[in-house]
Amino acid sequence: MTNLQTITSYSGSDDILLDVQNIKKYFPIKGGVLKRTIGHLKAVDDVSFTVKKGETLGIVGESGSGKSTLGRVILNLLDPTEGKIYFNGQEISQLKRKQVRPLRKDMQIVFQDPFASLNSKMSVAELVEEPLLVQTSLSKSQRKERAIEIIEKVGLRADDRLKYPHEFSGGQRQRISIARALIMNPQFVICDEPVSALDVSIQAQVLNLMKDLQDDLGLTYLFIAHDLGVVKHISDRVAVMYLGKIAEIAPKKELYENPLHPYTQGLLSSIPVIDKSKKQREKIKITGDLPSPANPPSGCVFRTRCPKAHDRCAVEQPLFTKKADGHYVACHLYT
Amino acid sequence: MSNDPVLDVEQLKTYFYLDEERVAKAVDDISFSIYPGETVALVGESGSGKSITALSIMQLINKPGKIVGGSISIASEEILTLSSKQMEKIRGNDIAMIFQEPMTALNPVFTIGNQISEILRKHKKLSNKAAQEKAINLLKTVGISRAEEIVNEYPHQLSGGMRQRVMIAMAISCDPKLLIADEPTTALDVTIQAQILDLMADMKEKFHMALLLITHDLGVVSEYADRVMVMYGGQIVEEAPTSKLLELTKHPYSQGLLESLPKLEEDVDRLGTIKGTVPPAYDFPSGCRFSSRCPFVMEKCKQSSTDLKKIDQDHFVRCYLYENGGSEE
Ligand SMILES: Nc1ncnc2c1ncn2[C@@H]1O[C@H](COP(=O)(O)OP(=O)(O)OP(=O)(O)O)[C@@H](O)[C@H]1O
Ligand SMILES: Nc1ncnc2c1ncn2[C@@H]1O[C@H](COP(=O)(O)OP(=O)(O)OP(=O)(O)O)[C@@H](O)[C@H]1O
Ligand SMILES: [Mg+2]
Ligand SMILES: [Mg+2]
Repeated sequence: MTNLQTITSYSGSDDILLDVQNIKKYFPIKGGVLKRTIGHLKAVDDVSFTVKKGETLGIVGESGSGKSTLGRVILNLLDPTEGKIYFNGQEISQLKRKQVRPLRKDMQIVFQDPFASLNSKMSVAELVEEPLLVQTSLSKSQRKERAIEIIEKVGLRADDRLKYPHEFSGGQRQRISIARALIMNPQFVICDEPVSALDVSIQAQVLNLMKDLQDDLGLTYLFIAHDLGVVKHISDRVAVMYLGKIAEIAPKKELYENPLHPYTQGLLSSIPVIDKSKKQREKIKITGDLPSPANPPSGCVFRTRCPKAHDRCAVEQPLFTKKADGHYVACHLYT
Repeated sequence: MSNDPVLDVEQLKTYFYLDEERVAKAVDDISFSIYPGETVALVGESGSGKSITALSIMQLINKPGKIVGGSISIASEEILTLSSKQMEKIRGNDIAMIFQEPMTALNPVFTIGNQISEILRKHKKLSNKAAQEKAINLLKTVGISRAEEIVNEYPHQLSGGMRQRVMIAMAISCDPKLLIADEPTTALDVTIQAQILDLMADMKEKFHMALLLITHDLGVVSEYADRVMVMYGGQIVEEAPTSKLLELTKHPYSQGLLESLPKLEEDVDRLGTIKGTVPPAYDFPSGCRFSSRCPFVMEKCKQSSTDLKKIDQDHFVRCYLYENGGSEE
């Protein structure tokens, strides 16, 4: 059930690695003494997109817009409420947990918090080799050899293997997380705010590393972040999420130079930048707070904060409209 | 700007005595002034000593930390020698501070209205009723439209942006001369960050405050600050009016920070980086503290360090590259 048309569904086409079709993830809201379901929180609400082999699709949006939930659904860590996901042409959203396991090696994730996501009792060697131990039959010395290879690849030293996470800085820990994600030679890595917790100089080191690894290993990234500068730097295409939906998706250059959705325009003009020429430009202000996804506005979910909202926006959900090659926007200004 | 500084910090040193051997020199010999009506930004990466500078000014340093040297004056009055009671008065009336995470500064068991009127009763000696009324007015001033309802709500019922507005209302309630904002928007989304920073700029004008804005975001600095101080390893390494600092950047650390920033307006394939990481505050290299990461490091940088030196009327740099009063590298 959807009134949004699927964006460019290329299922079966050779260069498409990931095809996400009309994904919804609703969390039940329990209430009352009986803890019955009294409503739904629409964390992801009818999202569709594709990712080509070797490209980076950036996903931006404010806190609570559903970015991480979307990532978890794609990785099969959460079951979608509705919708289909194809990976390498194979439908993976219907697979049982067991059947997913072999896929795990092809799809990995790097999380935001390098402090919370690594078990502090395990050495770097144990952390990095763990996936090999669980999923391959490599011998101890083969595992060690492979671990050293990957540890050096992410810019750590071979003898760092014997250290523990607390002995490393945030940026180094994020390198350990990346090594752990890459050791199985995945095709696809979901990066959920991998540099958000890092200082800019360290962030730059990690972003450069991720780009190098992508070139080297032919990786495909889904790169989630709320920093539009970071997303622009790393992505080929960018999708903007708002309250569980994609508001606009376009090739990077197109999105940043010619944003169409008032939300994208507002987001871009909210970023304080160093560039002097931007200061002259008129700022598009977004007022108010993000509404609760448990009780989203009728019609267009952005209308309560939109400077260009009109009557139609309250009653009718905007459809995705193609405005240029690969540039789609869900806004009544364009329909 | 005008005449006497609102805040004058001279050779401030705040150390943390971690154990027998290790002393973290979190703030080590910094001097600066802030004049009425100015917005001065303090930028630097995590651990550079920004918050400890602010907390030293507020005299909220706890063990194992200690202010071990220097002087701090507010409107020409030395405050380091004040009793804790006198200092408490200064904290409400002359300087106010807002933090990154408003939840830590708000009391979860009292309503928003109670918390604001408490300050007004204490510092302005207002009656209960007058304080409640003023609280509602203050909330309206900071752009909260449902002020009459919000006074009866608790901190956890508000969004992060709303909580920060409440903090600003509390901060301006006693007309401080100086507002210190320590990463006030780091925890917020960009659209809300823009709202809060614009609000702070408005309040600064309206209440004739000076603002010390602590941030790690050079974009924020560029749009809101008149003057910038860049901190590294507990010291100020460069200070200049904002546009000068961003366009005629001198210190290798400031240059590195700017280059590592992903830019919205231009495409670069690789970002500039600063090699290595910030050393811990108890283990700085001898000589210049940035020497272990500096791309232009010279032999003497490892032996000793220079002071913050004037290279131009209002531009100061702490670096041997500019030893001869600003003649280029
Ligand atoms: N397990 C869960 N149960 C109930 N609600 C959830 C659950 N996980 C997420 N949510 C809700 O779903 C919405 C989307 O959350 P999500 O974490 O995906 O957002 P996000 O875009 O990643 O935000 P952030 O930028 O803060 O990481 C939020 O309102 C969140 O509270
Ligand atoms: N309670 C404490 N005990 C020991 N050392 C401390 C304490 N608080 C701060 N420090 C030291 O002081 C130094 C400066 O800390 P400060 O909090 O001022 O950094 P900051 O610049 O505000 O960083 P951030 O951007 O992460 O907030 C740190 O390197 C830390 O080691
Ligand atoms: Mg998230
Ligand atoms: Mg701090």
